[in-house]
Amino acid sequence: MKRNGSTLASLRKGQKGIIASVNAADPQVQRLMTLGLVEGAIVELASSALGGDPMEFRLFGRGISLRQEQARQFAVSPVAAGGD
Amino acid sequence: MTKSTEIRVPANQISVSRRAVASIAVVGNPNSGKSTLFNRLTGLRQRIGNYPGVTVERHVGTLKVGDSSLELVDLPGTHALSAHSLEEQIAVDVILGHMEGTATPDGILAVVDATNLYQGLYLVQQLLELERPLVVALTMADAAEVEGLRIDVSGLIAKLGGVPVCPVVATTGQGVEKLRATLARITELPPPAPGKTWPELTTAARELAALAPEATRLAEVERLLIDGPTEARQDFLARFGDGAEVRLQELRDRLFGNEPPLATEARVRYRWVREVLGEVVQQAPPFYGWQARVTAWLNQPVPGTIGLFLVMAIVFQAVFAWATPIMDVIDSATSMLGVQVNATLGDGALASLIADGVIAGVGSVIIFLPQILILFLFIILLEDSGYLARAAYLMDRAMRSVGLSGQSIIPMISSFACAVPGIMATRVIPNRRDRIATILAAPFMTCSARLPVYALLIAAFVPAQSVAFLNLQGLVLFGLYMFGIIMGILTALLVRKTALRGPKPPFALMLPEFRRPNLRTVLMQLLGRAKVFLRRAGTVIFSVAVIIWALAYYPRSDDVAPFVEQQQQAAVSELSGEDLDAALAQIDNQAAAMQLEQSWLGRAGHFVEPVFRPLGWDWRVSSAVIAGFPAREVVVAVLGTVYAVGDEADEATLSGRLKAARWPDGSLVFTLPMVLGLLVFYACCLQCVATLAVIRRETNTWRWPAFAWLYMTAVGYFGALLVYQLGA
Ligand SMILES: Nc1nc2c(ncn2[C@@H]2O[C@H](COP(=O)(O)OP(=O)(O)O)[C@@H](O)[C@H]2O)c(=O)[nH]1
Repeated sequence: MKRNGSTLASLRKGQKGIIASVNAADPQVQRLMTLGLVEGAIVELASSALGGDPMEFRLFGRGISLRQEQARQFAVSPVAAGGD
Repeated sequence: MTKSTEIRVPANQISVSRRAVASIAVVGNPNSGKSTLFNRLTGLRQRIGNYPGVTVERHVGTLKVGDSSLELVDLPGTHALSAHSLEEQIAVDVILGHMEGTATPDGILAVVDATNLYQGLYLVQQLLELERPLVVALTMADAAEVEGLRIDVSGLIAKLGGVPVCPVVATTGQGVEKLRATLARITELPPPAPGKTWPELTTAARELAALAPEATRLAEVERLLIDGPTEARQDFLARFGDGAEVRLQELRDRLFGNEPPLATEARVRYRWVREVLGEVVQQAPPFYGWQARVTAWLNQPVPGTIGLFLVMAIVFQAVFAWATPIMDVIDSATSMLGVQVNATLGDGALASLIADGVIAGVGSVIIFLPQILILFLFIILLEDSGYLARAAYLMDRAMRSVGLSGQSIIPMISSFACAVPGIMATRVIPNRRDRIATILAAPFMTCSARLPVYALLIAAFVPAQSVAFLNLQGLVLFGLYMFGIIMGILTALLVRKTALRGPKPPFALMLPEFRRPNLRTVLMQLLGRAKVFLRRAGTVIFSVAVIIWALAYYPRSDDVAPFVEQQQQAAVSELSGEDLDAALAQIDNQAAAMQLEQSWLGRAGHFVEPVFRPLGWDWRVSSAVIAGFPAREVVVAVLGTVYAVGDEADEATLSGRLKAARWPDGSLVFTLPMVLGLLVFYACCLQCVATLAVIRRETNTWRWPAFAWLYMTAVGYFGALLVYQLGA
């Protein structure tokens, strides 16, 4: 996966993205996919802890927190403003 | 923190003893309201046991419907049937009928949080493939309404192939009657037809199953396809005859290509879930309640972190401020009781046993019940409101720097109440190395049993003056809490750098919304805690108190009586009036001191005194510390016993007696360096059999409890030595 592209880790607070592809090699990432972070899911950055890590995302109204290095495994494409 | 455990029954006894019509597994995501619903359905008709070999609790309850009954088995919360943690593994094993001592369930009750259908339906979809009768309870129906979610229930039923779906509010009981009626006929329900949601998988499973001579559950074959030929599945694989391995690989290649199977599974299944959600759920503009506003505010990094420290500060403040009045009442009640007993029963061994042994010993521990309950109340509230998960999130970065993850913070915070539930709470940590490092750090957190010791020594030896606007006693106590935290963290760091070296722990955590804690749930858990504590006071501490009393009372000395007689005669012939009374009292005390010194306890104290002498402890402190090894709070009781007699007995309170205690050469025993050293010793030492036992159970070996005990005792001893020698 390209590192410089848009990933979950590069979302700004309140910004939404739709997961475009997942680098699923890491079992940890597979676990996150089991929790619903898969292609097609719309994700919003809700907050981050001190220092920007870990980050909390909203996924179908639920909070889910992951670290930046994991968030980087999820490429996102932008969602039309207000779209859900 | 784990929900309290009451009655422990071996699992195999549970299933045999009941002639339930059918057994139903209750399955659901964590935080879906599963326990609340389970309690609602079964009420008080439930038993708590353990699964064989592991410490995960097995909750079994009976559901009465008409004149028949169903056996409900509450499983640990799980997101999927691909298990990532010990608790999830258990849930999966029970569902698939692999759990020893637990029959394969006849039906499944899936608990789905209506506000989290996305993850809930993922699990339901896997359950659909088990070919077992299934009923779905849609909990949090009230919360869904508030959030503006409109769920088309009959549409959902159609999507699930006719599986009944019952919306309920577990906290109020709304809809539960209908659910009960549906469950009553669960065994008559046709099992869902497989193959609706992921046809390719079902087809592949059928192909493989056709190779086996006997009938094979399709769900099992599906798991085999996804998880692969793991060690545990070798026997199962052998069923499909020679060449099964090759065929399995072909089918897996066809299904998953180069992608990890779990990733493919998530992709396929969530595609179906999104499809269903699109058809059956309508989202009105959500109404943002106070929960959402609180969440939003606490979501900012700085207020969130400050808030966390503030919350902890308030908790510890409350533990002391609120408990004091109640503790005073208990204190005066026990001392009155002791006086009463002595007055009625006179002087003999029995009176001494009851007054000095039982009442003084058990009473000195019972007095801490208010503090312990207040502490537990807060921790239960923090957990039930969803705040502890947020604490884990906020602290992850800090914890990572010491080789742990944010998930370790929950067991650590729980350990401030008691290390036993704290260590049990480590089960949510998926990685074994992190888990053990957390288990080793947890006993350093200042548990409620250390409080009595701290409270006694601080009240006696730290002046109650103010430093800036803070109370010095409170400051010392806070320092001790911090000291425990630092020691715990250093320990984690140490083991993570040596014995438990490994990659940095991962971190992924569902963050629940803030919820108003449910009064019923909170009270039930609190009551459970109170019972555990009182049972402990009634058994362990009672026994230790009696044993210590006996060790201090026997053997009766032959020398004391003649000495007393001689002294008394001398006093009577020389003195009169008040002087005589004083002299007689003095003689009694001397006699008691002589008796104590040559008792078993006194001898043991003298025997070990050389070991503890460098720490500045006399034989009495040494014997109290020795006696405290089974349960550290006992030390207060023992100090109460050994200082109730002898020269210091004139002082009315235990702290007064400690202050008056002297070495034979007349110098004070409890000097500041000695007291600080003693506090350090108590902050470190692992004097708690219950904690050792729970470490043994959770790690499944004696190695870790043995290590923890030796390590913590050594740290405590040398810490105290250092402090005393530097100060003296
Ligand atoms: N509003 C609402 N809250 C609920 C309902 N059921 C459970 N809760 C709350 O949700 C939280 C989690 O419930 P719990 O039974 O512990 O979930 P579990 O982790 O699945 O066992 C608790 O604070 C409950 O009081 C419900 O139907 N409606």
